[in-house]
Amino acid sequence: MKPVVIVGAGPAGIRAAQTLLHHGVIPCMVDESLRGGGQIYRRQPANFRRSARQLYGFEAHKAEAVHRTMDELAPLIDYRPETLVWNAEDGRLDMLSDGRADSLEYSKVIVATGATDRILPVPGWTLPGVYSLGAAQIALKYQGCAIGERVAFCGSGPLLYLVAYQYAKAGANVVAVLDSAPFSAQCRALPALLGQPTTLAKGVYYRAWLAAHGIPVHQGATLTQIDGEQRVSAIRWGESALECDAVAFAHALRSETQLADLLGCEFVWNALNRAWLPQRDAAGRSSIDSVYLAGDGAGIMGADAAQMAGERAALAVLEDLGIAIDQRRSVVLEQQLAGIQRFRHGLETAFPFPEQWARQAPDELILCRCEEVSVGEVRAVVDQGHWELNRVKAHCRVGMGRCQGRMCGLAAAEIVAERSGRGIENVGRLRGQAPIKPLPFGVELEP
Amino acid sequence: MIEAEVIVLGGGIVGASAALMLARKGKRVVLVERDFCGSHSSGVNYGGVRRQGRPLHQLPLSQRAHQLWADLPALIGIDGEYVRSGHLKLARSQADLEALHRYADSVRGFGLGLQLLDYAELRARFAWVGDVAVGASLCPEDGHANPRLVSPAFARAAKQSGAQVFEQAEVTWIEHDGRLFQVHCANGLRLQAPWLLNCAGAWAGTVAAQFGESVPITSAHPAMLVTEPLPVVMNVSTGVEGGGIYARQVARGNCILGGGRGFALGPRQARPGQAAVLEILRNAGELYPFLKGAQAIRTWSGTEGYLPDHEPVIGPSSTTPGLLHGFGFAGAGFQLGPAVGEALAEIVCNGASRQPIEAFSICRFQA
Ligand SMILES: Cc1cc2nc3c(=O)[nH]c(=O)nc-3n(C[C@H](O)[C@H](O)[C@H](O)COP(=O)(O)OP(=O)(O)OC[C@H]3O[C@@H](n4cnc5c(N)ncnc54)[C@H](O)[C@@H]3O)c2cc1C
Ligand SMILES: Cc1cc2nc3c(=O)[nH]c(=O)nc-3n(C[C@H](O)[C@H](O)[C@H](O)COP(=O)(O)OP(=O)(O)OC[C@H]3O[C@@H](n4cnc5c(N)ncnc54)[C@H](O)[C@@H]3O)c2cc1C
Repeated sequence: MKPVVIVGAGPAGIRAAQTLLHHGVIPCMVDESLRGGGQIYRRQPANFRRSARQLYGFEAHKAEAVHRTMDELAPLIDYRPETLVWNAEDGRLDMLSDGRADSLEYSKVIVATGATDRILPVPGWTLPGVYSLGAAQIALKYQGCAIGERVAFCGSGPLLYLVAYQYAKAGANVVAVLDSAPFSAQCRALPALLGQPTTLAKGVYYRAWLAAHGIPVHQGATLTQIDGEQRVSAIRWGESALECDAVAFAHALRSETQLADLLGCEFVWNALNRAWLPQRDAAGRSSIDSVYLAGDGAGIMGADAAQMAGERAALAVLEDLGIAIDQRRSVVLEQQLAGIQRFRHGLETAFPFPEQWARQAPDELILCRCEEVSVGEVRAVVDQGHWELNRVKAHCRVGMGRCQGRMCGLAAAEIVAERSGRGIENVGRLRGQAPIKPLPFGVELEP
Repeated sequence: MIEAEVIVLGGGIVGASAALMLARKGKRVVLVERDFCGSHSSGVNYGGVRRQGRPLHQLPLSQRAHQLWADLPALIGIDGEYVRSGHLKLARSQADLEALHRYADSVRGFGLGLQLLDYAELRARFAWVGDVAVGASLCPEDGHANPRLVSPAFARAAKQSGAQVFEQAEVTWIEHDGRLFQVHCANGLRLQAPWLLNCAGAWAGTVAAQFGESVPITSAHPAMLVTEPLPVVMNVSTGVEGGGIYARQVARGNCILGGGRGFALGPRQARPGQAAVLEILRNAGELYPFLKGAQAIRTWSGTEGYLPDHEPVIGPSSTTPGLLHGFGFAGAGFQLGPAVGEALAEIVCNGASRQPIEAFSICRFQA
């Protein structure tokens, strides 16, 4: 029989695998990274020996649990680490592993591909020493090194305080945290946030900890410029400037949706995520019969929700395969996910998208770093009458480079929407095509 | 209801060229396009602007197109990254090389200026070509251009010359009362004119069938891919005798490769397919060894119309006065497009095209 395949070994994928196995279905799990764990619980190389407490802080016990589960699962399932799914076609996933191409037929596939940072470029963002928040965190978790001696954290979203805290805790010199969200927004969000007291407590704790340790936290402070010649030397916001040698920045996260796109899933506009997302029901069923969606790859909800959604999607798979499941469990999971969704609304109020970014971005700002396309070039194409994102791309190469718009696509859409006077939901979305990540010439075929 | 002298259905390079030429001749012309002008075959093709390899009866049109391409900025206002780099057709066997010789003999009268290169000459002039090539034929004045920029620019130029251009307007129904065409679009737009040009690309068969002249047109989907920018080594566009992987390199350094066929995702969308993509990635190295270690960053395809004889349909309808066809270019209409548009405009204005087009008559499918 064709296997049930899970793509992504983050919290969502791992929990899905565990659930399937528990019901007697042995899944195949494909993951691009070397060791399972996904983004939040990214594991250090096998020869590194830092404690979970050092690496994951509050989340240590959760991280340990996820890793333990992964280690227990690995020998029991068809686990394929370091394997990229680069295409989906005709009931098969096309994969690349160590320079070899292979394909895998599936009966059902659970897409749990996770998220990456959402980047809104500012002048100077391509200087050495500038990282996304996620990359800064990976440097710390994975390699055990900081991105600089004097690091500034900028942007918005819960990760901002978390990563700043983790850096400070690890002994790095955090010179400032710039949060583009005003404090008033966070007060307004309080009612919705109170629905998840522990998560809220953590957020409050991180901020309080930073303040108590003398780290300046500026709210309503929008990074406008990163200075430097060979490397970052300072940041600027409003009338202020501050010296530093590294910057980590991002405005929340964006879902990795290319695989869902190649699988043919219907996409719908999601105002909360300010993104096009694959459509799914409360159980994680997509618009395509054999395709299920779980975790941040189908909309940002965080690691706890990713686990619940992974379990819920696995139960849906089992149900659709005619295997008996505990219906009550499904109901509980859906209720819990709905609760987290309310909390997400609160977070969006607390860390609102900086709507003024597109208006304020200067013409000279490089938007697409792969193809070196500036904001002004994109505006010029819009001024010729184009407003659809793929058309704009065809005319000025924005999103046409190595990252295929993963880094710049959302920012480009914001510029196009602002300039054309259309709503962000009315400028289309970049068409997905294989490969999901670059493919080498000379690849060999698995016999 | 918009009244005009000519309605052009389809905003690819063929329809947009026709609209441009007609507008320049002072005709009241309307161009209607279902999606965006130049967003189908015309905007996603490989970008080869080549005469070499075409069957003889296409060469008069192709030569005329060559003249039109020569002054692209005057025609459409941009250079469209068009370069006359030369087109090098590679032979992988002596038999293929002999075929190239025979072709060169047969087109001698047309002025393509073909140069035949043996193994040593090929290495001396194009050291980057892989060892499997035993010789080649060079057409020095052929070249390549950026279809994403060129094809939409034809529609823009038509508009600037006075044509009315409607995008996002799908023609769903056409009536003809013996004198005038009434064209209905899905968005409510209605047009009327005594002339209708069917330039609907792979979808043109539906239009022809409405007028009682069905053609055996099918769609196919050439597979394309592009690499990350690489050091510039290719100074010509290349192809292979007998078919295979073709490649060119743009000024920014990206190599564009084509070969094999993909599949339709729906009536308007296509994908290159993993089989064709892997085939290119595995086999390009023997012809283009410098690609070793390079990476492909994107793949794509398009929807192109093919008739069984791989020749287009160009010229008057056999059933309906005022209806002209120009479609079915079998993967080679980008270069021809401007000359086909001009030929259709000439029929409207002067009753006949200056270039011979009889071989492309729709009558050939009527038993
Ligand atoms: C850099 C970063 C750091 C984060 N840190 C925190 C944090 O500290 N605290 C917190 O609460 N939240 C954090 N988040 C959010 C958190 O990652 C998510 O909520 C959670 O990890 C989601 O789990 P998931 O299973 O959906 O996806 P992920 O954990 O992202 O796992 C997805 C997996 O899929 C794999 N994958 C994706 N595409 C393919 C493909 N085509 N082929 C093969 N494999 C593929 C990836 O390699 C990855 O292993 C972070 C997010 C990011 C991007
Ligand atoms: C991948 C690929 C590579 C190629 N490489 C080359 C090459 O290197 N060199 C070369 O010379 N040629 C090449 N070709 C072929 C070339 O691109 C085409 O022959 C040429 O573009 C055809 O132009 P067209 O205007 O007839 O068709 P199209 O560009 O397809 O335009 C037809 C238009 O009609 C519109 N339309 C259809 N139905 C309706 C309707 N009912 N109402 C309104 N509008 C409608 C469509 O939306 C479309 O925009 C290639 C083709 C492909 C797909």
